[in-house]
Amino acid sequence: MIVAEKIMPVNVSSTLDVERIRQDFPILRERIHGKPLVYLDNAATTQKPLFVIDAVHHYYRAQNANIHRGTHYLSQVATFEYEKARGKIRQFINAKDNKEIIFVRGTTEAINLVSSAYGRKFICAGDEIIISAMEHHSNIVPWQILCEQTGAVLRVVPMHQSGELIMEEYVKLLNEKTKLVSVVHISNALGTVNPVKEIIRLAHERNILVMLDAAQSIPHAPVDVRDLDCDFLVFSGHKMYGPTGVGVLYGKQQLLESMPPYHGGGDMIRTVSFEKTTYAELPNKFEAGTPNIAGGIGLGAAVDYINRIGIHKIAEYEAELMAYATEQLSAINKLKIIGTAKEKAGAISFVMENVHPHDTGTLLDLEGIAIRTGHHCAQPVMQFYGVPATSRASLSFYNTKEDIDALVKGLHKVMEVFK
Amino acid sequence: MSNTNELYQEIILDHNKNPRNYHKIENPTCSQEGFNPLCGDHLHLYLKLEDGIIRDISFEGNGCAISKSSASLMTSVLKGKTVNEADELFEKFHKLVTSSMDEEQQIEELGKLAVFSGVREFPARVKCASLAWHTLRAALDNKDKIVTTE
Ligand SMILES: Cc1ncc(COP(=O)(O)O)c(C=O)c1O
Repeated sequence: MIVAEKIMPVNVSSTLDVERIRQDFPILRERIHGKPLVYLDNAATTQKPLFVIDAVHHYYRAQNANIHRGTHYLSQVATFEYEKARGKIRQFINAKDNKEIIFVRGTTEAINLVSSAYGRKFICAGDEIIISAMEHHSNIVPWQILCEQTGAVLRVVPMHQSGELIMEEYVKLLNEKTKLVSVVHISNALGTVNPVKEIIRLAHERNILVMLDAAQSIPHAPVDVRDLDCDFLVFSGHKMYGPTGVGVLYGKQQLLESMPPYHGGGDMIRTVSFEKTTYAELPNKFEAGTPNIAGGIGLGAAVDYINRIGIHKIAEYEAELMAYATEQLSAINKLKIIGTAKEKAGAISFVMENVHPHDTGTLLDLEGIAIRTGHHCAQPVMQFYGVPATSRASLSFYNTKEDIDALVKGLHKVMEVFK
Repeated sequence: MSNTNELYQEIILDHNKNPRNYHKIENPTCSQEGFNPLCGDHLHLYLKLEDGIIRDISFEGNGCAISKSSASLMTSVLKGKTVNEADELFEKFHKLVTSSMDEEQQIEELGKLAVFSGVREFPARVKCASLAWHTLRAALDNKDKIVTTE
C-alpha cells in the first residue's frame, strides 16, 4: 500500500526558493499566445504541482477500485489511501477526529449540505441567519433558498468603504432569534481578511453557531479549527493545489451527529429495509454514493505538498508579494484598488478609468497574463462599490515580483490602447 | 500585442469612447433590456417604429468596449432600415462573429459592422459583440422581458 512517495523537491530553509518551487508546476512552463504564462488567477483555481498530478495518476494506474465495499486487495488499498487523505486533512486543520472531515465536491456543496441538513432540522420560521456583505454567491443563495422554505430571515453584516465589516453592526444583529452566522474568512472579491476569531467569540457568547467559508483562507494562511473554535468550516481542494471536484466540510462531531443526512444512497447506511433504514456513523452518513476517490487522494497529496513548504512560510512570502503588488498597482495613474482593508491576503481587485475590466482581461491575456475579470460571483460587492465588474489579480507562492512587473507593464499597454 | 489591433480597431475604440445614439427615447414603440451576466454588460435599447421601418433607435447602458461599440454601431446602421432588413443583418452579424466569412463578402454584406470580424478569434467575447443584437431581436419580437446571452 504505497502511495506515490515521490521525492518532494521542495526544500526551503529560511525563505522560499520560488524558482525551485516553480519547477514543480509543469503548467508554468506553458506559453500562452507565444508569451510565458503569468498566472494571477489563483483565487479562481490554483495550478497543480506534479506531486498531486502524480498521486492522482498513480491511483488510477495502480490502486483504482471502489472503496468501503470490496474484500479484494485493490479495494482495500483504495480505501486505505482515501482514509489516509482524510487523516491528513484532519491534521492540516487540526480537527479532533477524522469523523469531523466530510468529503464533498467543494465549498459550494459543503455550504449546501449544512444549509440543507442542519437547516431542515434546526431552522424554523422567524429564525435568523447572518451572512456578510462580501459573501460569494455560494454563501448567499443556499441561505436564501432555506429562508424561502422555512420562513427564516437572512441578515447581512454591512461593510465599510474599505471592505472591512462593521463590527458594531454585526453585534447589533446578534439576538435570541439568530441561529447561525456564516461568513467568509478571506474575501475572494476584495482580499479582506475578516476578524473571524472575534466574530466567533461574539456569536458563541450568545450560543450561536458559526460557519466559516475558508475557500480563500486555506491556501494562504494557517487555519486551526480548534483554535478558531468554529462550528463548521468549508473549503475546496482545487483552490489549494488539489484536484477539482473535491472539497471538505469540517463540523464539530456532536453537531454533525445531530444533523439528518444530506443525500441518501449507498455507503451512508447501516441497514436498509423498506420499513426502516438506519444511518452509518460519521463521516459516512454524509458521504452517500461513490465519492471522488482520486480527488480525495489528490487533495491529501496537496496537503503534503503545502506542509513540506510550510503554510507559515507561504503566508509570509505571499504577504510580501501582496505588499509589492499593492504598491506597484497603486502607482498606476487612473487605477483604483477596490478594497483597502488593513488586513488583506491573496487577491487585489481594481478598476481603471475608461477601461472596462473585460477589455483589460482580453488585452492582458494576449500578453500571456491570466487574471479574472467580472463580478467574482459576488454581485452584491459590485453593487456596493457601484461598479459592474472589477479586474482581480490573485497570488500564489509560485508567483514572483517579475509576475507583478509583467502585470503592471501589461496594464500600461491596456491604457495605451484606451488612451 | 499582436492581435490587439484586429480586435480593438480604431472604429471600435471610437464608438466606445463616443457612443452614438446614447440616450433614451421618450415613448418608444418598444424597448428592451439586455444583460450579460458573465461580465455584467447591461444595456437598454429603445426603438421607434413606423410602418415596419426603424425611425429611431437608441441605447443606454454599461459594458465593455466591444458591447458598447457594437450597440453604438448597430443603432447607427439600423436607423431607417426596415424590420426585415434588421433581421437579415442580425443573421449576417451572427455569422460574422461566429464563423469565417471572406473579407470582401464581409464588407459587402455588413459595411462598417465588418470591424467586428476580429471577435471570432476571441470566443469569450462573442457574447459581448452580440448582446445588442440579441436585445434588438427580443425587442422586435416584443418579448418584454430581460434577455441574457447566457
Ligand atoms: C470565498 C469563496 N467561497 C466559495 C467559493 C466556491 O467554491 P467552489 O466553486 O469550489 O465550490 C469560492 C470560489 O470561487 C470562493 O472564493
